[in-house]
Amino acid sequence: MEILNQLRTHTAEDIAEIKIWFKAARVSDFPENGGACVKYKDLQIAVFNFSRRNEWYACQNLCPHKMQMALSRGMIGSAEGDPKIACPFHKKTFSLLNGQCLNGEEEKISVFPVKVEDGFIYIGFTR
Amino acid sequence: MVGLKFCEKLITRSTEFEIIIYGEEPRPAYDRVHLSSFFSGSSAEDLLLTPSSWYEDNKIRLHTGELVTKINRNEKSIQTHSGKKDHYDILVLATGSSAFVPNIEGVERNGVFVYRTIEDLIQIQAYAEKAKAATVIGGGLLGLEAAKAMVDLQLETHVVEFAQRLMPRQIDEDGSAILVYKLKQLGIHIHTNKSTSRIEGNGKLEGLTFSDGTSLQTDMLVISAGIRPRDELAKNSGLNVHQRGGIVVNDFMQTNDENIFAIGEAVVHNNMVYGLVAPGYEMAEVVVRQLVNDQVKAFKGFDMSTKLKLLGVDVASFGDAFGEVSGSIPIVLKDSRNGIYKRINISSDGKHLLGGILVGDAAQYNLFHQMVANKMPLPNQPESLIFGNPNKTDESTGLKSLPDSAQICSCENISKGDLVRQVTQNGVFTIDGLKKSTKACTGCGGCTPMVNDILKITLESLGHKVKKTLCEHFDYSRQELFDIIKVKELKTYNQVLDSHGKGDGCEICKPAVASLLASIWNEPIVHQSTIQDTNDRYLANIQKGGSYSVVPRIAGGEITPEKLMAIGRIAQKYNLYTKITGGQRIDMFGARMDDLPDIWAELIEEGFESGHAYGKALRTVKSCVGSTWCRFGVQDSVGYAIFIENRYKGLRAPHKIKGAVSGCIRECAEAQSKDFGIIATEKGWNLYVCGNGGARPQHAKLLVNDVDTETCTKLIDRFLMFYIRTADPLTRTATWLNKMEGGLDHLREVIVDDKLGICDQLESEMKGLIETYHCEWKKVVDDPELQKQYKHFINTDETDPALSFVEVRKQMLPADWGK
Repeated sequence: MEILNQLRTHTAEDIAEIKIWFKAARVSDFPENGGACVKYKDLQIAVFNFSRRNEWYACQNLCPHKMQMALSRGMIGSAEGDPKIACPFHKKTFSLLNGQCLNGEEEKISVFPVKVEDGFIYIGFTR
Repeated sequence: MVGLKFCEKLITRSTEFEIIIYGEEPRPAYDRVHLSSFFSGSSAEDLLLTPSSWYEDNKIRLHTGELVTKINRNEKSIQTHSGKKDHYDILVLATGSSAFVPNIEGVERNGVFVYRTIEDLIQIQAYAEKAKAATVIGGGLLGLEAAKAMVDLQLETHVVEFAQRLMPRQIDEDGSAILVYKLKQLGIHIHTNKSTSRIEGNGKLEGLTFSDGTSLQTDMLVISAGIRPRDELAKNSGLNVHQRGGIVVNDFMQTNDENIFAIGEAVVHNNMVYGLVAPGYEMAEVVVRQLVNDQVKAFKGFDMSTKLKLLGVDVASFGDAFGEVSGSIPIVLKDSRNGIYKRINISSDGKHLLGGILVGDAAQYNLFHQMVANKMPLPNQPESLIFGNPNKTDESTGLKSLPDSAQICSCENISKGDLVRQVTQNGVFTIDGLKKSTKACTGCGGCTPMVNDILKITLESLGHKVKKTLCEHFDYSRQELFDIIKVKELKTYNQVLDSHGKGDGCEICKPAVASLLASIWNEPIVHQSTIQDTNDRYLANIQKGGSYSVVPRIAGGEITPEKLMAIGRIAQKYNLYTKITGGQRIDMFGARMDDLPDIWAELIEEGFESGHAYGKALRTVKSCVGSTWCRFGVQDSVGYAIFIENRYKGLRAPHKIKGAVSGCIRECAEAQSKDFGIIATEKGWNLYVCGNGGARPQHAKLLVNDVDTETCTKLIDRFLMFYIRTADPLTRTATWLNKMEGGLDHLREVIVDDKLGICDQLESEMKGLIETYHCEWKKVVDDPELQKQYKHFINTDETDPALSFVEVRKQMLPADWGK
């Protein structure tokens, strides 16, 4: 459960403070318009490929509703244009811009910056 | 009970009073309302309303077994039969009532009882040991309670009623006729319009003779012909009593002595004796408020509306049940086949509901009672309240007229008014918004359909046009999209979204469109896995903790020993928890995501295929063993169930579909609780449709009877295809039918009589789906590319470190939800 606690204390990262760009996987490894889970140190990060809009987003894999490592298996979509993710367990949805829960009172989730270089996906961390 | 309630109410309001109780019975106050439970297992101890220590804890002096015989009003004291004397400042008489025993010749014989106290019950129980048949005199509320006790004692039970009907104070003749019919089905013999003239026997009773010359043999008799207020103490002490019995009180429960109050069944208020507990409690409240001099109020009579279950039969009466208000118009539904009687009395101008009677089905009691109490306006066709489709009435017109105070979400205690205000005052126009602002639907979720309907009704009342669109990304209903996808030959979600939607889609429209594509083209869903709900995406059911369950198809529940052993071997190898499901197959839980392709490879090798337990699709067709083994079976139910399950396997629909086939009328396969249920008859099959279990169980309805196998199959083809074409997303067949204009008759016209001329098309569409069946898991097992998604991490082969299990009953279970 220690990993979970570590994740819960994570906050949204400021691009200027990013110290590490972690090379996660090839673009082609990810499903189109879907997500996959990346392991970084002891963290589980959900990374989403919004191929329709040619954008990438990343957030914690843990859904704060029932503490399940599941967001990467969820369904992506948009709410009034903004990207969001729905947890596969109980369909709690979270904004991928700021981590806010969109249909409940759940805790905010951490989101991380993503960049694409030479066909690879990089996720930004402060440590 | 009323006396104790008085004490409870007084001690919570004030500590100024010293309370002393005198009671004739050997026990402290007990629960008379549930007296008959004494015969179904409760002990005298269980029936006590409070433990004996309660009195001591609250400094109440309790004297049991002391009958007060005299009140000396001048010196304000009482005296008991044993000579004990005590002083009072205020005296409250809650002496209750005794059973009324009519003056019948032979009433003193052994084996004649009344049904009133625990002592009576102990004697009845002892005597019943040597009795076979028992008779109850009195067909009112108490008499039928006593009859239940006799049934619990496993005696042949007779009920004799002097009036023309049962429960004469609550229901009318026609309602009584239906109640009699239902009670007879339970094996209780009912004799109405019988006046007992003599109790026969020689020492002990042997039978009854009635005034019309007929007779009835019985071993014991319980008299429950009404109550008589216990007013003898009051009478002897010079207090005013009514000529027909009962201590006379005013609106403040005062007798003609200003220091003496009387409450409960012992009193007459406004010429009325209240033989129920609720008015008694109200009387206690009236007295307590005077004593503590706070918010003093008068007793204004009491609404005698009641709803109860007598021997499993619903009986309710409310408001002006008998239509005694001048000009009231009765509307009556009498269904002798199903044993249902409903009567509503409406005002002469047709605007208000005044009262009514419900027998056999009292589900609408709360709604009707609210309508009377709040003087709610009736719909234009008030008869629609009891005729036609009751569910429909409940869900739409009923909701509209519910008062704002009606509770909708019981988990979070949210009323209709709370929801309506969110829409009208705070501008919350979406279901998600309501969930967020009120927390409705966030507990058990059972109120979601009602909250949705209230939102819709309220938006409509504000002049918003409410269209049944899928979500913010599509301005079409599911049925419209079905036609669009079919006519324009759209094959992928992106094509549908690009041509007819906007934005990037969401968790509502993606699975809905995925289901439509599967229902129309039946192409493997694995090629568009990211638009599927999570279970369909991974072709397995996600479980607590993030593991998955695996369910191979076991059509009709028939399986060979070899295949059983194969399941056992595979489950053991992958350390899976196994359980028999409700649909007669075996579920293997706790599979790691990365093991799923390997597990399925082995299952397919052993001859299994996907059971589609993860999909909004045909699940199982349950069967009983039928004529092949069972001595009662009249048709081969297993054979037919296997045929049907294999015919529709893989069929995707707006929601899951379950079926069953029973080999005879005993219905061991529980077919009437399924989306389609088939029950064998001597001549063929009866086909039932649109049943389901779940949160709101609903029996399936008979579509056709005695049809041959070919016709039955053809009708199911049409039924399922019509459902797939027209239902809203995530709507089970039961709800689909409830919301269908014209209900079952319309469904029958369309799929049996072919009124719309679409049956050929429905059959050919179904044929196309059956011919294109494929096992989705075989596709995955055969294609390494499709297996790539079955990894927890994309950048390492490690498994999910958060997965954790505990061992319970020698199997692995997931750890509980994290907090």
